Amino acid sequence: MKKIIKYVIVDLLRNKIVLFYTLLSLIISFSIFNLESNTSKGLLSLLNIVLIIVPLVCMIFSTIYIYNSAEFIELLVSQPLRRRTIWISLFIGLSVSLSLAFLIGIGLPIIIYQPNSTGFMMLLMGFLLSIIFVSIAMLASASTRDKAKGIGFAILLWLYFSLIFDAIVLFILFQFQDYPLEKPMIIFSFLNPIDLSRIQILLKMDIAALMGYTGAVFKDFFGTTTGIVVTTIVLSLWILIPVWISAKKFGKRDL
Amino acid sequence: MIVAKNVSKKFGKFYALNDVSVTCHKGECIALIGPNASGKTTFIKCILGMVVPDSGVINFNNNSIARSWLYRNQIGYMPQIGRYPENMTIAQVFNMMKDIRKPIGTHDDELVNSFELDKIMQKRMRTLSGGTTQKVSASLAFLFNSDVLILDEPTAGLDPVSSEILKEKIIREKNKGKLILITSHVLSELDDLVTEVIYMQEGKLNFQKSLLMLKQETGEQKLAKAIAKVMITSNQ
Repeated sequence: MKKIIKYVIVDLLRNKIVLFYTLLSLIISFSIFNLESNTSKGLLSLLNIVLIIVPLVCMIFSTIYIYNSAEFIELLVSQPLRRRTIWISLFIGLSVSLSLAFLIGIGLPIIIYQPNSTGFMMLLMGFLLSIIFVSIAMLASASTRDKAKGIGFAILLWLYFSLIFDAIVLFILFQFQDYPLEKPMIIFSFLNPIDLSRIQILLKMDIAALMGYTGAVFKDFFGTTTGIVVTTIVLSLWILIPVWISAKKFGKRDL
Repeated sequence: MIVAKNVSKKFGKFYALNDVSVTCHKGECIALIGPNASGKTTFIKCILGMVVPDSGVINFNNNSIARSWLYRNQIGYMPQIGRYPENMTIAQVFNMMKDIRKPIGTHDDELVNSFELDKIMQKRMRTLSGGTTQKVSASLAFLFNSDVLILDEPTAGLDPVSSEILKEKIIREKNKGKLILITSHVLSELDDLVTEVIYMQEGKLNFQKSLLMLKQETGEQKLAKAIAKVMITSNQ
């Protein structure tokens, strides 16, 4: 397994896109922190990058990378290697490179300018989101052999998590506004890793007061240690379940 | 050594393999013959675990190959169309395969030398011609001294000199008592190689006979003519 991970990471480094992504996010993060007089404002601007751009990059890049590694995968499958080993190694290779890119590109500026609990929460969430979206990308690319379909599916999934899901939640909120929905909302937020991360980071920023009663309920649940542990567990499930399903699918695939 | 029992595989509604049962023993050199789309490559891929059969079992040394992978240590495989990571050089591909399969021990570099691949080791796979890619595939298949060699259209795309080198290599390996499975459309070049013939048609096994028996039954001396005769009689 180690050997294949090594080859995947070497290949990703040779590919240079991950390096470019690291460099670009480094430049963006430093300029955001330097543009704002107040660095905690900078953190708020960075929030949107962490929640939208990081998942998008991880998802699209991983999907395309897996499709482009078809030859590599085919070569390995005919060798004395377990299919699951090949697939999991690809996942680990991609996760390590992309999460490392995040930790250097966005994490480093955060540690320099905002070494407090909010900063570290953003660091943790961005790190987990990077891996979650690699995992979802694995699922998208294991679902179909057609490259265009697979990448399209990945883009749709990203749209779903960053836009459509919120629209659905808003719709439900308006339809059932006569009922108390604060508790169900907590359950809903488990269904979307981006929302979950957003809530955790916003709560640390102490602007939860602006969210009214729902914010207070959220703070009661997510603000506590139990809440943070539950969030981390749910986010870990968001990593494990897609990659597990995709490994099953890959195990049955004809090459 | 390899025993397939009632193997079937469907792609959509189309039967790529329909109830195929064959037995292959050590020391045999078996030709897998049949028209295009008769399921030869699918059958080979089933043995390698690249295609999972819908039903039926394949045993390798009396162990089922389903869900196992270590048995592939004993197989050298040369695909019909070798596909390799485009950005890697030939040397990197060779090193990677050695790293994965047998980091230590003796490698059979004979074909690498006779195909003169050692002179172009730094070329990237993307820049290679079809024939050179075939040479790389062949060298990789023979590199690990495997007990079983599976060669899918080995001489397609090779120039006459190279295919002669490859043929001689196959004969030498056969004499070492290895099991060799070959598919080919060029029947004339199989004459001095094979001991046994498996004939497939439309995903079904037509027959599995030794070359000697086939020649006696048809009264022909050449494999190509014998097969042609079988095809004509089966069509009538």
